[in-house]
Amino acid sequence: MPLTAANTGREPHDPEQDYLWTLNFGPQHPATHTTLRLVLKLDGERVVDARPEIGYLHSGFEKLGEHLDYNQYVAVTDRMNYISPMANNVAWHLAVERLAGIEVPPRCAYIRVIIAELARISDHLLCTGAMGLDVGAFTFFLYAFYQREKIYDIFETLSGARFTTSYTRVGGLMHDMTPVTIDQIRQFVQDFPRTLDDMERLLDRNRIFHDRTKGVGVLTREEAINRSVSGPVARASGVPRDLRKDEPYLAYRDFDFRVCCATAGDCFARYYVRMAEMRESLSLVRQAVENLPAGPVNVGIGERLALPPKQDVYQTIEGTISHFELVMLNRGLQVPCEELYTATEAPNGELGFYLVGDGRHVAYRARCRPPSLINFALFPHLICGHTLSDVVAVLGSLNIIAAELDR
Amino acid sequence: MPVSPEVLMALQQRWPGLPTSEFRGESRLVVPRAALFEILTALQRDFGFDLLIDITCVDYLYYRGASDRFGLVYLLANSATNERLTLRVLLNEPDLVVPSATPLWEGANWLEREVWDMFGIRFDGHPDLRRILMPEEFTAHPLRKDYPLQGRGERHNFPVLARREA
Repeated sequence: MPLTAANTGREPHDPEQDYLWTLNFGPQHPATHTTLRLVLKLDGERVVDARPEIGYLHSGFEKLGEHLDYNQYVAVTDRMNYISPMANNVAWHLAVERLAGIEVPPRCAYIRVIIAELARISDHLLCTGAMGLDVGAFTFFLYAFYQREKIYDIFETLSGARFTTSYTRVGGLMHDMTPVTIDQIRQFVQDFPRTLDDMERLLDRNRIFHDRTKGVGVLTREEAINRSVSGPVARASGVPRDLRKDEPYLAYRDFDFRVCCATAGDCFARYYVRMAEMRESLSLVRQAVENLPAGPVNVGIGERLALPPKQDVYQTIEGTISHFELVMLNRGLQVPCEELYTATEAPNGELGFYLVGDGRHVAYRARCRPPSLINFALFPHLICGHTLSDVVAVLGSLNIIAAELDR
Repeated sequence: MPVSPEVLMALQQRWPGLPTSEFRGESRLVVPRAALFEILTALQRDFGFDLLIDITCVDYLYYRGASDRFGLVYLLANSATNERLTLRVLLNEPDLVVPSATPLWEGANWLEREVWDMFGIRFDGHPDLRRILMPEEFTAHPLRKDYPLQGRGERHNFPVLARREA
C-alpha cells in the first residue's frame, strides 16, 4: 500500500515566504528550561509557524523497562518527570500492582496519596514559578522555590533522596513514614497557605502578568478533547476530567476535594487552575495525614509479594523463604500473561503505564503515556499568531519536562 | 471503568464476530485492520469515545504463544461516562501499514510518529510521518524485540563535524 501524503497546505520552503525570519529557540536556552528545540518562523515579531524538535533527552526508558524488573524500574521512573518523581513512582507501582492483582494495605494507600499530592504541589510550584520568572515576576519564583525546598526536605527525610526518591515498592513502600516526617508535613501544611496567599497577591491581580498571559495561547474545550490533552491544561479549557474523581484509585475515594476548572483556556487560566489545585492538594494532604490508618505498609509475608523487613529475613524462617523467593531470578513476582493500562492523575496530566506481562519478573513491554508529549504537541497550535515574547509564556504554562517528553 | 454492555452489544451487532475480552475491568476489542478506521470513526462519532488516550504498540516476537508479530494498541475513553476501551490491531511483516487516526484526532499526530519511530509501523495518510525521538539518519526501530538493548554501535558511528563545517 503506497503512502499518501496529506495536504498540509504549507510547504516547509515556500518561496513566497522568503521574507520570514527563522529563529532557533533551544535546545540550550534558559527559557526552554529543559532540552527541547523550537524552529520558529517569524514575520517581524509575530510567530507564523513553529516546529518543535524533540528527542534530545531520549534515553530509551521504555526499552529499559523490558530489561529491569518491576522493583528496579522505579528508579527509572524517578528520571521521567524529575520535578515530581514521587508521582511517577506511585503511578508505576499502581500499574504493576493492578496487573499482578495486589491490593495494598490502607496505610500504604494513604501514604501514597500524601506523597503524590506533595509531588503535585511541588510540580505546580515549579510550573507557576518558572512561568512567572519567564514573564518577569522574579519574586514569585523565589517564593515558589523556597517552598519547593521544604517539600524536598520532606522527601529527603522520607526516602533519603531529594530528587531520585524511588520510594514505592511492589506491594508497599521502601519503609514506613516516621513521626518526624509526619511532623514535617504538618508544619508544611500549616505554613504553606501563607506563602500561597502571598504568591496569589503577587500575581493574581498583577497588571503586567495579566497582559502577558490573558488571551495568549487559547485552547478551546473541543480542541482540548480532540488533542488528547489531560490534567491542568485540559481543566483550564473546561474539561472537568480528573482521574482522582472519575476513577478513584488508591484512597482518593475517602477524601473530600474539588476538581479545579476554568473555561478561558489561556495561559492565565492554566496558571490559575494550578494555583487552585495546590490548595486542594494541601487539603488532601491534611486529611490524609490526620486520618492516617495504623497497620503495616507492605502486604504480608505470607503473600510473598513485597520484600519482608530485614529483621524478619534474619530471624524468621518465613522471612528468609519469602526474601529468597522474591530475589531469585527464576522465581520472583508472578504476573499474569495479560496486558493492562493503568492511569493516574499526575501533576501534568494523565500518566499511565501500558504493561504487558509474560509471567516473568520483568515486564514484556512497559509503555509510559507521557502527559508532556501530548501537551507539547499542542504548542505550534497555541503559539501561531502570537508574538515571540509569548513563546515563553505558553511554554511555561504547559510545563514541559523534556525527560518525560523524550523518555 | 469498563464499557457498558449495551455499547458492546451495539458494537457486536454492527461488526459481528469482533473478539472482545475483559481483564480487571478493562474492556478490550481485537479489530481487523480493514475495519479499523471505520470502527474508530464510529466509536468517536456514535459511541462518544471522544478521547484518544494513547496509541502504542507491542512487539510479540518472543511472546509465548503469540501468533502475530505486532499488536497496535489504541486506548480510547469517553469523557462523559469515563468508560475506557482498548482496541488492538494485529499486524505482521512485511505489511505494516494502517490508516492514520489523524483525521479523527489531532492528538494522534505525535503518538503515531512515535510508533513509526520505535516500531516501524507506517500510518497511511499521516501529514508528517517523520521520526520523532530518534535522529533522522537512524535506520533501525529500537523498541522492536530484535533490536539489542545496547544498540548496534550507532553512538560510535555518529558523523563528527568540525566547527567550520557545521
